[in-house]
Amino acid sequence: MNVAVAKVESDSTTFNIEAIRREFPILNEASEKNSVHFLDSGASAQKPDYVLKKMDEMYRTGYANVHRGAYTLSQLATDAYEGARKTVATFLNAESVDEIIFTRSATGAINLVAGSFGRAFLEKGDEIIISEMEHHANIVPWQLLGEATGSKLKVVPVDQDGNISIDTFQSMLTNKTKLVAVTHMSNVLGTIVPVRQIVELAHANGTAVMIDGAQGVVHSKVDVQELGADFYVFTGHKLYGPSGVGVLYGKKELLNKMPPYEGGGDMIEIVTFEKSTYRDAPTKFEAGTPPIVESVGLAAAIEYIENIGQDNIEIHEDNLLKFATSELQKIPGLSIFGLSERKAGIISFNVEGIHSHDLSTILDSRGVSIRAGHHCAQPLMKKMGVEATARASLGLYNNKEDIVALAEGIKFAKEILT
Amino acid sequence: MSVDDLRELYQEVILDHNKNPRNYGELSDASYTADGNNPLCGDRLTVYLKLDDNELVNEVAFTGKGCAISIASASMMTTVVKGKTVKQVNDLFDKFHKLCTGESDEAELDEFEDEIAKLRVMSGVRQFPMRVKCATLSWHAVEAAINKKDTATTE
Ligand SMILES: Cc1ncc(COP(=O)(O)O)c(C=O)c1O
Repeated sequence: MNVAVAKVESDSTTFNIEAIRREFPILNEASEKNSVHFLDSGASAQKPDYVLKKMDEMYRTGYANVHRGAYTLSQLATDAYEGARKTVATFLNAESVDEIIFTRSATGAINLVAGSFGRAFLEKGDEIIISEMEHHANIVPWQLLGEATGSKLKVVPVDQDGNISIDTFQSMLTNKTKLVAVTHMSNVLGTIVPVRQIVELAHANGTAVMIDGAQGVVHSKVDVQELGADFYVFTGHKLYGPSGVGVLYGKKELLNKMPPYEGGGDMIEIVTFEKSTYRDAPTKFEAGTPPIVESVGLAAAIEYIENIGQDNIEIHEDNLLKFATSELQKIPGLSIFGLSERKAGIISFNVEGIHSHDLSTILDSRGVSIRAGHHCAQPLMKKMGVEATARASLGLYNNKEDIVALAEGIKFAKEILT
Repeated sequence: MSVDDLRELYQEVILDHNKNPRNYGELSDASYTADGNNPLCGDRLTVYLKLDDNELVNEVAFTGKGCAISIASASMMTTVVKGKTVKQVNDLFDKFHKLCTGESDEAELDEFEDEIAKLRVMSGVRQFPMRVKCATLSWHAVEAAINKKDTATTE
């Protein structure tokens, strides 16, 4: 693969950030005109050449619909698509490739669990436990499920630092709890949730667990067998892959018991007007033409980060997070939300007297992109007593200059606005 | 976008309205109220209106939280709609909207010369298309209130 520079570096376990930055066209092309300090990877990450080329190449030389035609191009595309599934399975250390379902996004994957597992196995009065720091994508599908089945939502609170109490969680488990759906990592506070413990306690209670890994998978190595979760979901575009593709990992026994979610082509065995029969997982859950090239792009992104080394990325981001935290804490009037001992590449903050939108506009004028607003987590905002926060989130390509530009930009905003 | 554009956006007048918003607070005996929501950012304002027997805006006030642009714009809005008829408020909204998006042409604005002169400080948002909704949030709300709807969103 042509990420040779990064590969050499990872072999010697150093991390050459300049070489990596050169592999992201947007950081180079845009920076010829303006500086680019991209600190919004938590919303969506930039893409390396390696991914762009793989996708382009497939459209140019190996594209057709999958699982359809008895001709060479369709076979090539099918091989690439099923190869991508294998890459994802290995990446998550799933027991079988059949446990990997391609969806349109993390949101699509969560809705699949709610729509299939939820509707089939939850009844009136059953309970679902989530945490107070969930993304709307891991709140609203369960509310819709509740409206359809009469199941109830219970919420584990978050403390001042951004942690949930395992004891509180345990005390909330009852014989009515059919599902625990929690985030692996908060997209607002950066907290890494102790999902391993949560899975153990839930399983001891006979409760299934779904982990929202949209952020978690980006910042640490995930091993679904070690974790033991029944479902793990993530999304391609935050992992340096394309938008339009997400992943649902599900334990095979469960997937086989679950009814189809959507109906359509590809997922069926035999269709008659009286009755249709369905294929096994994963095909049962992939109605219609799937995100073909996007899945291949996601697999390329996985190859890319594995080649750099997920451990190397973690160390780099950790160092940068510490640097950013100490730089921002030096700014008078700035407060950081989420100071868990266990957190990764996200810093949410507010500056006294400055709304995050104004801050974001002013930072933008200096080439610094951050997110401002409620981050699709309005209940958490309410808990923290704010309408909005500014959020800087780190990707593997960020460097100290990005952080310095952020800190300088905040000081400049204070000048303009006060 | 330059530093000059930024200074144009965050002029003294705007910063002052943000820090000391005019007509801020609830009107307990309002004839109409409406909420303005910007689902994109979660900003929320409530606008309160009292009409007199001739259907003129007698009193107007607002509450809520938001960025400097939305608060300053709400504050200025309350100072210009007072004493206007329902139709005039609707017309002003339309003109203000055009002013913010850069569609307005000066000749069109003569009916409300004084008001528009005041509101013109907000036209700096033209350089920041993503902030136009901040400037118009309170106007959407007042339009909803005066036309007897409960809520307005900028979407
Ligand atoms: C924690 C978390 N869950 C779910 C999502 C939803 O991801 P997507 O919009 O790709 O479905 C996001 C991203 O916005 C997220 O941060």
